[in-house]
Amino acid sequence: MSEFLQFLFSGLTVGAVYALVALGFTIIYNASGVVNFAQGEFVMLGGMITVFAHAAGLPIPLAALAAIAATAAVGVALNKLAIEPARGAPVVSLIIITIGASIFIRGAAQLIFDKQIHSFPAFSGDEPIHVLGATILTQSLWAIGGAFAVFVGLWLFFTRTILGRAVLATSNNRLAAQLVGINTDFVMTLSFALSAAIGAFAGVLITPITMTSYDVGLGLALKGFAGAMLGGMGNPKGAFAGGLLLGLFEAMTAGYLSSQYKEAAAFVVILAVLFFMPQGLFGSKSTDRV
Amino acid sequence: MKLSSKHLTLLVMATLIAAAPFFFPSGYYFRVGALIFVNALAVTGIVILTGYAGQISLGHAGFAGIGGYACALAPVHLGLHPALAVVLGALISALLAYLVGRPILRLKGYYLGVASLGFGILVAMVLNNERELTKGPDGIEVADLGLRGLLKDWGLNLSNGEFWYAFTGICLVIGAWIALNLFNSPTGRALRALHGSEVAAGTVGIDVARVKLQAFVISAVYASVAGSLTALQNKFVTPDIAGFMHSVEMVTMAVLGGVGSVPGAILGAGILTLLPQVLTVFAEYEQLILGLVMMLVMIFLREGLVPSILRKIRGRGE
Repeated sequence: MSEFLQFLFSGLTVGAVYALVALGFTIIYNASGVVNFAQGEFVMLGGMITVFAHAAGLPIPLAALAAIAATAAVGVALNKLAIEPARGAPVVSLIIITIGASIFIRGAAQLIFDKQIHSFPAFSGDEPIHVLGATILTQSLWAIGGAFAVFVGLWLFFTRTILGRAVLATSNNRLAAQLVGINTDFVMTLSFALSAAIGAFAGVLITPITMTSYDVGLGLALKGFAGAMLGGMGNPKGAFAGGLLLGLFEAMTAGYLSSQYKEAAAFVVILAVLFFMPQGLFGSKSTDRV
Repeated sequence: MKLSSKHLTLLVMATLIAAAPFFFPSGYYFRVGALIFVNALAVTGIVILTGYAGQISLGHAGFAGIGGYACALAPVHLGLHPALAVVLGALISALLAYLVGRPILRLKGYYLGVASLGFGILVAMVLNNERELTKGPDGIEVADLGLRGLLKDWGLNLSNGEFWYAFTGICLVIGAWIALNLFNSPTGRALRALHGSEVAAGTVGIDVARVKLQAFVISAVYASVAGSLTALQNKFVTPDIAGFMHSVEMVTMAVLGGVGSVPGAILGAGILTLLPQVLTVFAEYEQLILGLVMMLVMIFLREGLVPSILRKIRGRGE
C-alpha cells in the first residue's frame, strides 16, 4: 500500500506538469489550430530563467515572475513572427515551423545560458512529509496545487469573463467572432502569451524536483501533447485529466514493470487511445466537412 | 528522340552524381556525397508518403533503425551476409509498416503524426534498452559489406570513400527511378487522388485504405534501406538513427526541397546534410541556424525550394 501511494505521489507530481503542458497546447490549438511542438521549450525557459535570475540575486518569487513574463513574451513573438505569417499553411509545414522554433529556442538557450543541469531551492524546504508510510516532497504539493489552481483559474477565465468568452468564440469560429466585433488578432496574442506563461509556471514548479537544462523541452512537449491527445484534442478538461493520467501511468509502469520502459508506457497508451478512441477520452465525435 | 521529364530528371541526376567527383578537392567530399545520397534515398520514401499521398509520418526513423540494426545483428546472430541483412531489414520494416499502418493510417493530420511518432520512439527505446542484443546507447559494430573487396578482385580498385559514393549514388538513382515510375502508375495516381480528397477518391472506386497502406509500406522500405546503407557505410550504428530528431530531419529535408517532387527531396537532403558540415565552424550556433532555416523556408517558400523556384522561372517565361 505504501509502495502504491509512493508511485501515486510521484505520478501526480509529473502528471501535474504534463497537465500544464497539455493545457498550454490546448489553448494554442484552440486559438490557432496549430499544434505547438515548442510548448516544452516554454517549460524549459521558465525553469532556466528563474535559475539565472535567482543566481543574479533576485529572490525566487520575483525571479519566477520575471521568468513567466519573459516566456510569455517569447510566446507572443512566436505567434507574431512564425505562426501568423504562415496562416493557412498545410499541417506538415506548421509542424516543421514549430519544431524549428523549438530547435531555435533550444539553440538560443544553450548560447545564452549554458549546457549544465540546474536547479534552485524548493519553495518550502526539502523536508518531506510522511503519509501512510510513503513520503511526498513539499515541492510536489506545490506542483500539484499549482496545476489545479491554474486549471480552476482558466475555467473561471473562460466561463466568467468577457475576454475568456471572446477566446472561446474565436476558437469556435474565427470569422464569426470577428463579425461580432472581437479583436481576433488580440485573442491570438493573448492565447500564446497565456500558453507560454502556463508552460513557464510549470517549469518553475517542477525544476526544484527534476532539475532543468537547455534540452528538457522536447521530451516534455511530446508528453504534454500525448496527454492532450489522451484527453481529446482541444478540450481543456480532457487535457488536464489526460496529463495527470499519463503521469500516473508512467509512474505505475516505472514502479511495477520497468523503469527503462516508463516512457514507452506513455506512447503505448497514446497508440491504444488513438486506435480505439481516436477522439480521446473526453473528446466529442467530430464529422468532416467535405 | 524526345525525352520525358522522368528520364530527363534521372539523366540529370546520374550526370551530376558522376560528374561531381571531378570537382572534389579532397576525399572527404566523397563521404559527404554518400551521406547526402543516403539521406536523399530515405527522403524519396517520404516524398511518396507525404508528397504523393499526403500522409504525415514523424516516425520513419524507426524503420531506418530497423534497417540499420538488421545489418548489425543478422550477420552475427543469423550468419546472414550483410547484403541479405539489408533485404531482411527491409522485409521486417515492410511487415511492421503493414501491421502498424493498418490502424494508424485511419488517423489524419496531427493524430497520424503523433501515432507514427509514438511508433518511432518505441523502436528507438527498444534499441536503447535491449542492451544484451543491441549494446544500448553506445551503438554496435556493423560487418563489412564485402562488395569493395569483390570489386578489387575484379580489378576495380576504389578507395572506401569512392566506393560508397558510387554505390549509394547508384542506389539513389534506382530509388528515384522507382519513385518516378510510381508517380504515373495507377497506384501513384490513386495516391495523388486521395491526397486531393479522400472522399472523392473513394467515390471513384479507389480503395483508399489499401493504397495509403501501400504508400506507407513502400516509404518504410526506403527508410529501412537508407538506414542499412548508413550502418554499412559507417560500419557502426547507434540508436540515434531511430530517434525523433532523425524522423524530423527526414520530413524537413522533404518539405524543404519540395515534398511533391523527387528532385526537390534530393535538393533538400543535400542542403540539410551540408548545413551541419558547413556550420561545424560555428558549432555553437548550429541549432540556432537550423531552427531558423526550418522556420524561414516554411514561412516564405511554403511549397519548398524546387517548386517555388520552378514557379518563378515559369512565371517569368509567360
